[in-house]
Amino acid sequence: MRVRRLAAWTALPLAVTLGLVACGSGGDGGSGESNPDAAVRIEIAEPQHLVPTNTNETSGSQVLAALFSPLVDYDEANKPHEVAAESVTSEDNTTWTVKLKDGYTFHNGEKVTADNYVDAWNYGAYAPNGQNSSYFFEKIAGYEDMQGETPKAKTLSGLKKVDDLTFTVTLSEPYSEFKSVLGYTAFYPMPKAAFSAPGVLAEGYEQAPVGQGPFKMKGAWQHDAKVEVEKYDAFPGEKPKVAGVEFRIYQQPTAAYADVLSDNLDVIKTIPTENLSTAGTDLGDRFKQSSASSLQVLAFPTFQEEFSNPDVRKAISMAIDRDEITKSIFKDSQQPARSFVSPVVAGYRDSTIGEAGEFDPAKAKSLYQAAGGPARIELSYNGDGGHKDWIDATCNQLKTNLGVDCVGTAEPKFADLLTKVKAKQPVGLFRMGWVMDYPSMENYLGPLYSSNGSSNYYGYSNPEFDKLLAEGASAANEDEAIKKYQAAEDLLAEDLPVIPLRYGQNNFGHSTKVTNVEMDLFDRIDLVKIEAVK
Amino acid sequence: MFRFILRRLLQMVLAFFGTTLIVYALMFAGQGDPIQALAGERPVTAAQRAYLTEKFHLDRTGVGGFFYRYFDYLKNLLQGDLGQSLTGRSIGDILAAAWPVTVKLALIAMAVTVLFGVTAGVLAGIRRASIFDNSTLLLTLLVLGIPTIVLAPLAQYLLGVRWQLFPATAGADPDLYALLLPGIVLGSLSLATALRLTRTSVAENLRADYVRTARSKGLVRRRIVSVHVLRNSLIPVVTFLGVELGNLMSGAIITEGVFNIPGVGFNLFRGIRTEDGPLVVGIVSVLVVVYLVSNLVVDVLYAVLDPRIRYE
Repeated sequence: MRVRRLAAWTALPLAVTLGLVACGSGGDGGSGESNPDAAVRIEIAEPQHLVPTNTNETSGSQVLAALFSPLVDYDEANKPHEVAAESVTSEDNTTWTVKLKDGYTFHNGEKVTADNYVDAWNYGAYAPNGQNSSYFFEKIAGYEDMQGETPKAKTLSGLKKVDDLTFTVTLSEPYSEFKSVLGYTAFYPMPKAAFSAPGVLAEGYEQAPVGQGPFKMKGAWQHDAKVEVEKYDAFPGEKPKVAGVEFRIYQQPTAAYADVLSDNLDVIKTIPTENLSTAGTDLGDRFKQSSASSLQVLAFPTFQEEFSNPDVRKAISMAIDRDEITKSIFKDSQQPARSFVSPVVAGYRDSTIGEAGEFDPAKAKSLYQAAGGPARIELSYNGDGGHKDWIDATCNQLKTNLGVDCVGTAEPKFADLLTKVKAKQPVGLFRMGWVMDYPSMENYLGPLYSSNGSSNYYGYSNPEFDKLLAEGASAANEDEAIKKYQAAEDLLAEDLPVIPLRYGQNNFGHSTKVTNVEMDLFDRIDLVKIEAVK
Repeated sequence: MFRFILRRLLQMVLAFFGTTLIVYALMFAGQGDPIQALAGERPVTAAQRAYLTEKFHLDRTGVGGFFYRYFDYLKNLLQGDLGQSLTGRSIGDILAAAWPVTVKLALIAMAVTVLFGVTAGVLAGIRRASIFDNSTLLLTLLVLGIPTIVLAPLAQYLLGVRWQLFPATAGADPDLYALLLPGIVLGSLSLATALRLTRTSVAENLRADYVRTARSKGLVRRRIVSVHVLRNSLIPVVTFLGVELGNLMSGAIITEGVFNIPGVGFNLFRGIRTEDGPLVVGIVSVLVVVYLVSNLVVDVLYAVLDPRIRYE
């Protein structure tokens, strides 16, 4: 009796398991034909905002990319070409004339005019509106007057409407790559209906934004759940190949990954780090990689005595084996970097830091000792960003190769790290990351290394560098500008205020129900190219 | 009975203000730079910083600033206004959207606990040292030993992705079927505890004098168990379940994250991660009320189950 009962208890789970395995073998890949009537489902995080001038994170801008059509977009070589604009021209790099294509309408039927751009940009630049992307307008004349608690002006003096389809933008100083800037999310137009009074955003606009792009809202934004859009038939530009998109909101990428594996979701934009090693087997050729604009560096507080000698900085750079760390810690989900600009911008050159990028422990050690580098190195990082592993690995390499004592110090948040750096507290070397705002060499150089750059935390200042940047900004054309920027980058390579370590890479994947999934430089899925499969 | 409930209600008011004060103080003390946290690693513009600082009185620091902000918060709270999260959304709206799904999830977990945990506990208690008793003990040990952070993704991977018996995630507007798997995962931990609690309690009461008396009077076994033993055995179980209900509402952070259910735990996690003080305090205040009410219900149930307690 006893034995039989025992047998029953072990047999039951076994039977259940076998039954489950039998159920799992169903499901097939479909016929492979494109299905223009189907909607695709794409993973995003909860957007912070859905107003063009207030959206500066990837989830929100992914949704806005469906609803709006930009003035310019970027081609294969990452140079700008016109989309909603007929032409963007300037003779002196200061006054730019934007002509709009005829035939664009907002989803509520309003015709798109120059006023829509002027109104939207004025709204974005006006400081009391507290818009996140406000700083994108700082190059336009009159921006300063709109700042502070009680600004002197409510509109940008540099924006002038010429006729219904033409307006001019006057910059406060010449900038040769202004056309590239116009591709950013902040420069979309907003319809008259978006404002309840001049300069006042209408109450419900953000819940169901009205744009002039290939898709229109289907219902309102369902917070924490989804944003649905459907094809806008009157769109004059290149038409999408799907009937609509459901942007499904996930808090954790692991949940989205599970959904892609079971075909409950079509596209995951970032495969979680813990799944990267198995993604190749899980998804096969549906696991995709493409270059991203981010750049990871280790920065020196150049104002500190022990790091003020460029040879010390060079020696540390030479003692780090970038290839090894990229491979063993990042499983090739990032790429080793040896330049100050990312490969995704025009004007990028391979290995601009030259010898400093070569892994040569013997030479590094002798150079370090000759230059009198400190006996103890501290690497500071933010503990919430998953940086511990590579910081520790880097420290170990420095210990072995330079014979110094090295410790990694975690600050709770990136903000805490920045606060300490800003106050010039001795944090040692610190990690920094940079994601571009628009594809241009200038965006990788100006904010980070010019003497009054907004993100220059290293105390780096080189008048010659500043001069070359200014010359690049006022150069006659893009190619001239690139030459100046490259000369500026060469100066950086000599001084090495930061050590470039790795370029970011998009690691994304999709289900069996979609094809032609591509990701652009701004972490956005290309919604015109993506196709649903029958 | 009425006076008993009234006294409990008055205690609740005090407890509510005490706990919100503590939570507010903790959030206040732990806050680094919430504006930067909100922006992640991006630079925050001066205009944006000034705007948010003024809106949330972030320039008020120190002890004086703390009480200014706390009383400002309480004033709004008493008017039924939970305020705005740092992202500008109304916390009332966030909670209104988050509660229904969390309550559903908690009820499923509770039903699983009561249905399987208590029933199996009673059976195990009656048939002590049987194979059923031993195997359930072993199983509960196993479940108690595996933390939710392992159990939930494992269940999702095996049952949702590999064998596709359940949807891998539930989403924002799930049907009962989609909530079943997260509900079972969430309930499994309290199920194990409830089972062990019930088993011990039943086993102990079966040996009590009054059971022997009842048996010697010739009462049938079913009546002894269902009326005499069960009523007395359920007191510790009800205590546990009452507190557990509160836990289930708030403690679903991991489960809700894994199964992508935008409930209360999901929002609480986001609030903590982005240092969104108003959101965290708002959610916790409501959770405090849930705990207080479920404790009140437990107390009342006590009084129903055991009349001696109500006349104390």
